Amino acid sequence: MAGTESTTTPPKADVPDLAGLEAGLDALDTVPAGRRTPLRETLARKVLPPVSAVALVLVVWQVLVWARVAPEYKLPSPSAVWDELSTAWLEGTLLDYVWTSVSRGLLGFLLALVIGTPLGLLVARVRFVRAAIGPILSGLQSLPSVAWVPPAVIWLGLNDRMMYAVILLGAVPSIANGLVSGIDQIPPLFLRAGRTLGATGLRESWHIVLPGALPGYLAGLKQGWAFSWRSLMAAEIIASSPDLGVGLGQLLENGRNNSSMAQVFLAILLILIVGIAIDLLIFSPLERRVLRGRGLLVSR
Amino acid sequence: MTTTTAESAGDTTAVTHAARVAHVSKSFPVPGAPGGQQLVLDDITLDVAPGEFVTLLGASGCGKSTLLNLVAGLDAPSAGTIGTAGRPALMFQEHALFPWLTAGRNIELALRLRGVPKAERRGEAERLLELVRLKDAHGKRVHELSGGMRQRVALARALAQDSRLLLMDEPFAALDAITRDVLHDELTRIWQETGVSVLFVTHNVREAVKLAQRVVLLSSRPGRIARTWTVGIPQPRRIEDSAVAELSAEITEELRGEIRRHGRD
Ligand SMILES: Nc1ncnc2c1ncn2[C@@H]1O[C@H](COP(=O)(O)OP(=O)(O)O)[C@@H](O)[C@H]1O
Ligand SMILES: [Mg+2]
Repeated sequence: MAGTESTTTPPKADVPDLAGLEAGLDALDTVPAGRRTPLRETLARKVLPPVSAVALVLVVWQVLVWARVAPEYKLPSPSAVWDELSTAWLEGTLLDYVWTSVSRGLLGFLLALVIGTPLGLLVARVRFVRAAIGPILSGLQSLPSVAWVPPAVIWLGLNDRMMYAVILLGAVPSIANGLVSGIDQIPPLFLRAGRTLGATGLRESWHIVLPGALPGYLAGLKQGWAFSWRSLMAAEIIASSPDLGVGLGQLLENGRNNSSMAQVFLAILLILIVGIAIDLLIFSPLERRVLRGRGLLVSR
Repeated sequence: MTTTTAESAGDTTAVTHAARVAHVSKSFPVPGAPGGQQLVLDDITLDVAPGEFVTLLGASGCGKSTLLNLVAGLDAPSAGTIGTAGRPALMFQEHALFPWLTAGRNIELALRLRGVPKAERRGEAERLLELVRLKDAHGKRVHELSGGMRQRVALARALAQDSRLLLMDEPFAALDAITRDVLHDELTRIWQETGVSVLFVTHNVREAVKLAQRVVLLSSRPGRIARTWTVGIPQPRRIEDSAVAELSAEITEELRGEIRRHGRD
């Protein structure tokens, strides 16, 4: 039936049942929306396991103390550490220790964010910049930021600026690299789709590249925070001075100087808890939200 | 009817072609090939009239996507010229919807990039979703939609560009047969309602015959226009119509002949 003349005016299609057929197909093929897990189940699956693990560690610790595997000045008992904690709480100094470090850490992290984000965007999008500093940036990630403490002390002195410098040197490469790998992992199809829709230049960066890179960027932020916190603690332990105020790092160093192992343990525990808490309260919810919105979170 | 709709779409200059491809060739640098170049498209000349529906048919790897990318302006031809009335809209085999936006926001982004004022975007997106019969999908995330629904949202987003030419690169190839058949009918309806010109790429002969006013067969290595059929079968067509089957058989025979030529050398 190969006609020789073209039909320029197509006759009107009338397929009455099409809408119904389509609605049926849609209904059959749509993923049912996931239900919210009830609180009891969340407690049983998410809270119980870590709580049991902590309890187990405490039990083992106490047993080791009872068995006297090490003298008291090397291995304090859980109750000694608890006493140390409640004394600091009653004296009102506990929150000061924590806040001194956390405020430094978060402020430093925000600075790192402000610097690392445009830097990552530049490295990912400008070929010359990538060739020039890309390898250095990823190399810096594997340099322990403790290494920066001595030069930072010499250049900037024993003050908060030196702390921030160390945090930045630790966190900026992570954040920038996270953004770079997030951008590199954007499926090229999205970029082509964006371009056919008319997204070029800055509009492409804003509407396509940044949102597309968000999962990788968030992973970079998370790692950036971990690096910020680690480098800050290193700086606080190495560089203590009366005008710096007592953060968790100094608390640890003071404990060592006073031969108070209970205080050292308390400081280590607090450092660990703050690190976990920030991740649990800020980064994990953010990451889950983003991944869930994109259907990338597989509930297990 | 279709012609007038296309002209009323905006431009004041007389539009005689939605797309005009003249003597276009395209080669890619390939290390092993003679001369270091592989000729993929050779001297393609093809016009798409306003409101016309053309399908581009050919074996896999014959250069259909390459040609479509050239028309879309995503790549430049090695020789020849390509003219289109405005920037064409493009739809891919994969839906290419942005997973960080809802279905409605995907469409609104296209409207925004086209310069539609904020106040009008929401209503226009609703209208386009209704056109593809998905009026409740505005707030749905991409992963919550079925394959067929995603392609319909992608079609709505392409239509949001308000372009006079819609390029489609095997948009239904990944769908099951029933869904594909339904979407053929939808596409035909929307094409008739909007008067947009369509250049539709496929390797599926029946799909080509069912949809098109004109079927263009491309040969492989290099891609040349082997033959063109004008399809006079009135719409609505059904994939199982005997007229569709007959023409499909004829075209398939031709396509097989094209493919066999490569087995001989
Ligand atoms: N960017 C590219 N570089 C080199 N070769 C390419 C490129 N794009 C396509 N080709 C080649 O061009 C030929 C046609 O590809 P394509 O247009 O995708 O075919 P089709 O869409 O018809 O299946 C293939 O042989 C493919 O390998
Ligand atoms: Mg292809």
